[in-house]
Amino acid sequence: MDNTSQKLKVFVVDDEPGICLGVGAILRDFKVNDQTSNSQVEFEIFTFNDGESMIESLEKEVPHLLLLDCKLPGIDGMEILENYLNPENEILTIMITAYATIETAIKATKLGAYDFLAKPFTPDELRYTVRKAVTHIMLRGQAKRLEEEKKRIRFEFIRVLAHELKSPINAVDGYLDLIKNRILGDEIEAYDGLVEKSVIRIDGMRKMIGDLLDLTRIESGQKKRMIENIDIIEIAKNSIELNCLSAEKSNINIELFSPDSLFMSADSGEIQIIFNNLISNAVKYNIKNGNVFIRISEDNNLVNIEVEDTGIGLTSDELSKLFNEFSRIKNEKTRNIQGSGLGLSIVKKISGLYGGDVDCSSTSGKGSIFYVTLNKTTVEGQL
Amino acid sequence: MNYFNKNVLLVDDDPDVLEQQNVLLKSLGFNTVCASGESEAMDILKSFKPDLAVIDLMMEEMDGGFILAYEIKKISNDIPVIMTTAVTNVTGMEFENSSLEEKNWIKADVILPKPVRFEQLKGEIQRLFMED
Repeated sequence: MDNTSQKLKVFVVDDEPGICLGVGAILRDFKVNDQTSNSQVEFEIFTFNDGESMIESLEKEVPHLLLLDCKLPGIDGMEILENYLNPENEILTIMITAYATIETAIKATKLGAYDFLAKPFTPDELRYTVRKAVTHIMLRGQAKRLEEEKKRIRFEFIRVLAHELKSPINAVDGYLDLIKNRILGDEIEAYDGLVEKSVIRIDGMRKMIGDLLDLTRIESGQKKRMIENIDIIEIAKNSIELNCLSAEKSNINIELFSPDSLFMSADSGEIQIIFNNLISNAVKYNIKNGNVFIRISEDNNLVNIEVEDTGIGLTSDELSKLFNEFSRIKNEKTRNIQGSGLGLSIVKKISGLYGGDVDCSSTSGKGSIFYVTLNKTTVEGQL
Repeated sequence: MNYFNKNVLLVDDDPDVLEQQNVLLKSLGFNTVCASGESEAMDILKSFKPDLAVIDLMMEEMDGGFILAYEIKKISNDIPVIMTTAVTNVTGMEFENSSLEEKNWIKADVILPKPVRFEQLKGEIQRLFMED
């Protein structure tokens, strides 16, 4: 526990001076441990003998906690609860009642009271009730902070997403502008290169939108998972075939080392996404005449997948950012490679669904190996 | 106006933008030299003095373009610098070099928002060379 402490303001309103005095004395020496911030909560007490003076004070200062007597000489407690407490201030009110009836309890609760303290109460009863209220206040504060953090992360995600979507649009827009202005003369063939480059950027954008949908589907749990007993070797072979064409362009050799079949309970779409992402990366970030080695094995209840390439590799600094959303390693070698920056974070999320994980070891300039472990029998994975 | 035999340095980390500016400025008659980032551009500037520079603001570093513009003006104050940026577009952060104060610290003669239009860029270049 650290030494920080925070003070909560407490207003006590009661026409019996003894109550005000007593409550003040007990709470001044009272400390509550706040589990949410690992700090200590102390109290600053303000006492009032009638409702009017408290209401006047509210204009200058808003308490966290209000101990309010039901029966007061002028404006009574219920009326204050009903008319004078601004809900935006989120004041937690504990009603002090001499004749605790079910009716007053129901009415006060409807008006927003948090708890009751029946007169006469012992110091321990007071401390117990206040401790409960403090916990409530602290949890409420924590929930609010988490909500704000969530909003911030969401905004950051959308900001980066907007940027990533805009760059291909800008690129295509630029090529169209050149074509529109007949920069290269009137022969249409002269523009083939510009058109080809536009198509590549549009393809990249389409792939990114697809990845984005995959990611949000997995995260939201909206996608219906079809868990079946499937042969992942067959899926790996499928994925190799899908990547054959782009591999051939750079004369890259893809080899699979695995048993003839390996069954696990999984959603075939999810496993396909893992293989597609890892294998297409291994091809994309490879060198001409390079190799891609895929090894699949089982170890008790675990499936181990390794995808090794002989490509450009990563520095340790680049490795640390690798699995973040929209993280694309930008350097001389990757400048001309299209990517959404989402592939590996998707692989990580899916591996998590199978109680597994993804890891990478790499040597800059030599190549990388990606390791994925999956649990063979996790049926309902949790994110 | 023809810019025959004039040299332009193009700097942008987006290969497509670089390619587009390359095609565009060549069509105006410039000889082009391309760099994909400020460090590459600095290297080129050691042995090459352009007649014009078109540079991106955000490259390897967030403000790489500002520093590069500063370096270019240090080589010669006569080299016009056009800075292109998608910053306003992305961050909502706005800036321009219309006030004297801003002109003093942003060492660019023109700031163009991305995407840069052919006619706009052509017009700005014309204006810059007329001023000469």
